[in-house]
Amino acid sequence: MSEALDYLLSASSWEGRNGLGRLLWNHVRLSGAVVFVAVALTVPPALWLGHRRRGGAAVTTVNLSRALPTFAVIALVFPISLRFGFGLGFWPTFVALLLLALPPIFVNTHTGVTSIDTSVVDAARAMGMREREVLWSVELPAALPLILTGVRISAVQVVATTTLGALVGFACLGLPITQGLRTNDHAKILGGAILVALLSLATEALFSLLARYSMPWSARSRPLRRARTRPVTVPLDGA
Amino acid sequence: MIDAVAGGPVPGSTVVTANGPDSFVWWAWVGDHTDDIREATVEHLQLTATAIGCGFAIAMVLSIVSLRWRGTYGPLAAIAGILYSIPSLALFAVLVPVTGLGFRTAAIALTSYTLLILLRNIVEGVRAVPASVVDAADGMGYEPWRRFLTVDLPLATPAIISGLRIATVTVIGLVTIGALVGSGGYGTLIDDGLSRKFSTPIVVGASLSIATAMAFDLCFVALGRVLTPWTRSRGGLDVADEPTDDGAERVAAENAKRGVGR
Repeated sequence: MSEALDYLLSASSWEGRNGLGRLLWNHVRLSGAVVFVAVALTVPPALWLGHRRRGGAAVTTVNLSRALPTFAVIALVFPISLRFGFGLGFWPTFVALLLLALPPIFVNTHTGVTSIDTSVVDAARAMGMREREVLWSVELPAALPLILTGVRISAVQVVATTTLGALVGFACLGLPITQGLRTNDHAKILGGAILVALLSLATEALFSLLARYSMPWSARSRPLRRARTRPVTVPLDGA
Repeated sequence: MIDAVAGGPVPGSTVVTANGPDSFVWWAWVGDHTDDIREATVEHLQLTATAIGCGFAIAMVLSIVSLRWRGTYGPLAAIAGILYSIPSLALFAVLVPVTGLGFRTAAIALTSYTLLILLRNIVEGVRAVPASVVDAADGMGYEPWRRFLTVDLPLATPAIISGLRIATVTVIGLVTIGALVGSGGYGTLIDDGLSRKFSTPIVVGASLSIATAMAFDLCFVALGRVLTPWTRSRGGLDVADEPTDDGAERVAAENAKRGVGR
């Protein structure tokens, strides 16, 4: 343990082409890109399907897709990526992580919209709002807590799983772990593991803060918040 | 690189015209290695079954403890949560100096990943049993143990099955990574292919582990339906409440499923 701390705290391990500084930056960069693309790809269709109160089949399909083992997907994309000249490392990892990141965001966005009390949406329509306004200024804000929860779950998963990229040659924080495994360097393994765990925790904290400051109303109005968060603990499966 | 054999056919055309070592899948290799593939399958399933079996037994004991003494649930879930949050690659790697390379290391790591999901689903499932049902059982003179076994557990079956489903699918994905510490399974094929830059074993190993995960996922959906026929008939009755209810379940399932496939 103390050797792992020595490894983490010595300046030399942070410098250079495969130093921790660069690995950390690569790790964060890939995770951020994946989450960004996942949000851009899933939130609009999920919002729209939720608004139309449709898409049950899509949710079921997406739920099944989370059975995909990420490492197997990375491995499967790897030869394809090589053959078509996308190189090793980055793209296989990116594709597999994107598949990992999509389901929580999609399902939570869709559920967030469809679980809004219909009387609220009807009231908005009765006030003369157009469909677009209903979606934009009623359904989206009401669904925001669940959407952000989905993004948070995805982001934490992605940050933890980017580690696997090291197995196909992506220089991320998994690299000290795989190198340590090969050279029997336990300090390096543990150091890498600690950094990944800290980064996951930081991601979780970042999104909790984001949720608190972007939605002041959900902190104040207790009943709404309770209604939104309580079902999360009931571990039943709809699919 | 896989397709960079000097003097070889142009990449891309190989796939269509001839099947050889440069193809994504070289069928002749697959034919020659059916024994290896079968062995990997057996190892993969053995390891999955071991982890799920041990995990379920431990989680059941922990659940009974935390249902009996309510205060213990928080700390137990927190410990299981910490175990769950360790990156899989790191956990395998960290265990190697302690337990050595091989089956045991992988089994311990994988079992520890199932605990959080199973513990949470069993406890929350039993707690979600309506109070009126529990009171009725008590009123009929059921002793606590008999009530637990014949009333609480059967009513918690949907939650428990969904926990088993998530845990199994997660473990099938993680076994693939366990090959790095010599636990066997489909990951061995992938590892072999990656180290030789030879795509056939990679594609075979990856496809089979994806197919296995999907197959088990669907099996558990079917099993849940068979074991809990009463949840199906509920669907058509109360249309107005259904979406919300269903939604809550989905969010919950998805939350419990955090970290699948790491």
